[in-house]
Formats: sequence, C-alpha cells, structure tokens
Amino acid sequence: MSDQAYFSRAVLDPALAVPAGLSTWNGSDPTTRFAVYRNNVVVSLVDALCDTFPVTLALVGEAFFRAMARVFLQTHPVKTRVLTWLGASFADFVEVFPPASSLAYLPDVARLEMLRIRAYHAADAQPMALQALSQALAESDALAGLKLRLHPSAQLLQSQHAVWSLWAAHQDILSIEAVKPELAQTVLVFRRDLNVDMLNLSMAQGHFVMLLMAGEGLALAADAAAEHDPLFELGAFLAQLIRLQLITGIFSKRG
Amino acid sequence: MKMMKPSAAPLTTLPTRAGISLKSGHFQDVLDSQPGIGFFEVHAENFMVAGGPFHHYLSRIRENYALSIHGVALSIGADAALDIEHLNALKLLLDRYQPESFSEHLAWSTHGENYLNDLLPVPYTDATLQRVCAHIDQVQSHLSRRMLLENPATYVEFAASTMDEASFITEVVRRTGCGLLLDVNNVYVSSVNHQRDPQATLRALPLTQVGEIHLAGFTEQVDGAGDRLLIDSHGSPVAKAVWDLYAFTLGLTGPVATLLERDNDVPPLPVLVAEAAIAEGILAKTRP
Repeated sequence: MSDQAYFSRAVLDPALAVPAGLSTWNGSDPTTRFAVYRNNVVVSLVDALCDTFPVTLALVGEAFFRAMARVFLQTHPVKTRVLTWLGASFADFVEVFPPASSLAYLPDVARLEMLRIRAYHAADAQPMALQALSQALAESDALAGLKLRLHPSAQLLQSQHAVWSLWAAHQDILSIEAVKPELAQTVLVFRRDLNVDMLNLSMAQGHFVMLLMAGEGLALAADAAAEHDPLFELGAFLAQLIRLQLITGIFSKRG
Repeated sequence: MKMMKPSAAPLTTLPTRAGISLKSGHFQDVLDSQPGIGFFEVHAENFMVAGGPFHHYLSRIRENYALSIHGVALSIGADAALDIEHLNALKLLLDRYQPESFSEHLAWSTHGENYLNDLLPVPYTDATLQRVCAHIDQVQSHLSRRMLLENPATYVEFAASTMDEASFITEVVRRTGCGLLLDVNNVYVSSVNHQRDPQATLRALPLTQVGEIHLAGFTEQVDGAGDRLLIDSHGSPVAKAVWDLYAFTLGLTGPVATLLERDNDVPPLPVLVAEAAIAEGILAKTRP
C-alpha cells in the first residue's frame, strides 16, 4: 500500500494506528497531531451535512443527526470534490439506518431537502413569454400534439408522507401539531428567480407533472390526471405553472 | 524539461490592496453596499454548479471588483494523476470569470475516488518534488495561465523529508514558473508547530515570486507533549503575532495583494471589511 493509501485510511478510521514515518520536533507521540487531520475531515463534512439538511436535523435533534452523519460518512466515503453534492445519497442511507427506522417520514424529508439544493443550483432558463404560451395553447387543434418543457430546477417528490407539511412546520408556516405525517403528499420543488419554492400538489397534479417530465404530451398527461381526479382542471393548473415561470418551452410532439 | 513556461505572463493582476473572502451569505449585502475593498476571493469548487444564485451574484459582483479564484480540491500533492474532469471544471470557471488570479495548495485531498476535504501534508523528497512539478506543469498548461501555489499549514512532519519546506517550495517555483501564494498565517502556524523561526522561514521563501498573501486566524491546542499546536481554522480574526509577521513580510516583498480569509463562523460583512482596512493600513506604510 502506498504511503498516501494508508495515510488516507488512517485519517478516515480513528481505530487504525497513525501512519509510520511521522516526526515531531519535540519527539512527542504524533497521535494528537494526526488527530487534527482526522477531526478536520469529519467535522467539516458533518457540518456540511448539517447545513444541507436543517429540517431533518431539527426532526431528530443535533446530537442524533451528527452521530447519524458520522456513520453515513464512515460507510459512504465521499466521492465528490464539490461539497454541494455531499448529501446526494444521504436519504437512501437514512432509509436503511436502523436507529432512524421509527421515523418513516425521515428519508423523504431528507430527499426533499436535497431536491431544494439541486433546485437552487440548477441551470438557468428563461420562462416562456406569456403571449407566446397563450397563443400556442389557444390553438386548441394543436393542443393534443403539444409538449411542455419545465424549468431545469423543477423536480417532483411523490411521498407516502406529509413531507411538505413537515418542512413547512419548520419554517413557521404551519404548526407541527397540525401535521399528520402519515398523509401522502406530492411536492414540486423549483427555483423562481433566485429563490427555491415548492408546491404541494394534488395527486392528479402530481401525476400530470410526472408525465410531462417523462416527456409525454400535454393531452395524454391531462387525461391521466383526470382519471385520478375528474375535477382536475387543466387550464387552472397550467395557469399556475405559467405564473410560477415553470414553463420554459412548448413544442409539438414531432418537433 | 523542454516545456514552454508561462513565466512571461504576470503572476497576478490583482491590485496591491486588501481583499476578503466572498461568502454566499454576503452576496446581496456586497451588491447593496459596494464595500471599498481591493478584490474578492472565492473557492472554485463552490461555483462548480450549473446556474442559480451563486453564478448570478458572482457575475454581478465581478463587474465591479477584481477576482481571485482559489481552488481547494485539485490535490496537486496526490501520488496519483490529476483528475481531468476537475481540471476541465476549473478551466470552464476561469474562462467564464477571467479572474486576476488563480491559486491552489501544496497538499493532497484525494485518494483513488475518495475525497477527504482537508489539505493533507506531503514529505519533502525528490520524488514528491518531481510529482508536484509535473502536476503544476499540467495545470498551467491545461489552464493556459500561471498559477500561485500556497504554502501549507501542517501538524506533522515526515521522517522521510530530505529538504526543508522553504527549499522545496523554492525549487517548485524555479522549475515550474508558478508563483507563490504566501499564507503568512500558515508560515506562523507551521513555525510554531515545528519549532521553526518564522522570520528565517520567510526569508528562505522565493519572495520575488509572491503574487498574493493570505491572512487568517488560528485556534490553539497542545500536542502530545503539552507544547503549543496551532490549527489553521479560518474562523477568527488575525492574531497580533500574524499581523506583526505580515508587516515584516511586506518589508521584504513590498506591497502585495492581501486576502483576509474567513471560512468558519463568518461574521457580518462590515467586520470583514474592517479587518481588510487594517491590512490596507499596513500596506499603505510599505508603499514607496
């Protein structure tokens, strides 16, 4: 094993002996000095996870969260040099982390927080001008053949839990007592101008957006949504998506 | 080595004034208050994202200020090849923002696919020297510009080292044509940690090739023998001893662009601006 191979393993695993060949001016045991590197790595990464998942942290308390984050880092060596993405697989880990299993909603809260980070840093795109959109949509003959392109920041989370409410309760938008965690919610996460925003969608709206994101046409998506809920109002929901600047392109299926 | 050295280009075109770290929590405040500082510095990796507020604000702030892009994860000291994707991401960022300065560290932070998020030390040997120089040649060639290499803060030394840190850095600068990002806090921290004379260490560095100076705060612990062990923590104001060493440094180098680094426990913008003003005062005294 190369010197850096062992050095890096020993930095990540405090149970290993400090690397051979370290020297100190006063002949002191290098363990205390080497611990600075161990501590720098773990603490900086745990801090970064705390910053990424503030609501997940609030739901379990800081001591539990930091301990959970340490286990995540020990079992999932960091592969990215861009710490923005450090938590990309954290929710999947939380889902199978036995001490957190009593909080069934926790993985999806973490997923929602990671989607918010992705939305914040997603590519920029110009929303379509209202006039062009209205014109395209008004030509009802063509409606069946139309597809919509959503803003690159738009992402959908279809959860069996009340993730939007749990998140909102930690922004003083809702009281936590009013949240029923077992209620399924579908959340559309997106960025408008410089701010990440979220929409708590109905099941039908969620289905509609999911199909649009999968590249299906407007008509097919609207029919499928109406099957979920006969009261699904295509016009009103499209108007909402337009108002939120979520539509960046409209094109015909063959185009 | 028969390689074209980019040494004809200036080390940096940063103004010889004081600058501060640009933190995301200060973006709007900077645009609103337009503080009178010499330049801003950002960590390259924080801006390796597609779009959104980070690029929105940096583009606008860059219109009014000189910019230094400082990499923290290139792992120039690693015993493996540099990551081409990371180099490409750097190139994209430098092409987009055309910063007055680009710098990286004499350290490593990756092994295989793993990233360790700290600046780990290298032994000062011939083998390390050849590897570091080859990596810097590659960086400068890939980015088509001179880079500045930052001297490290270290907590251990290696029995295998065959030269001291200043000799190692001097040789890297001579062979590659890169400049020195002289971190005066790191000189002080490493001097205390390894019982070196900070002024003698400074004099031994390639001071004619300094393109930028870093100043920062440290925290203090003790080692296994109870002796002082300083940690380069970037979370507190610059210590008196480091201000003194800074003034001593400028006496040797003349005025140099100087960054007040702050990465942890970031205070409100005016506090950072006020600390930069202290450095401006010391810089003003060294102008001819």
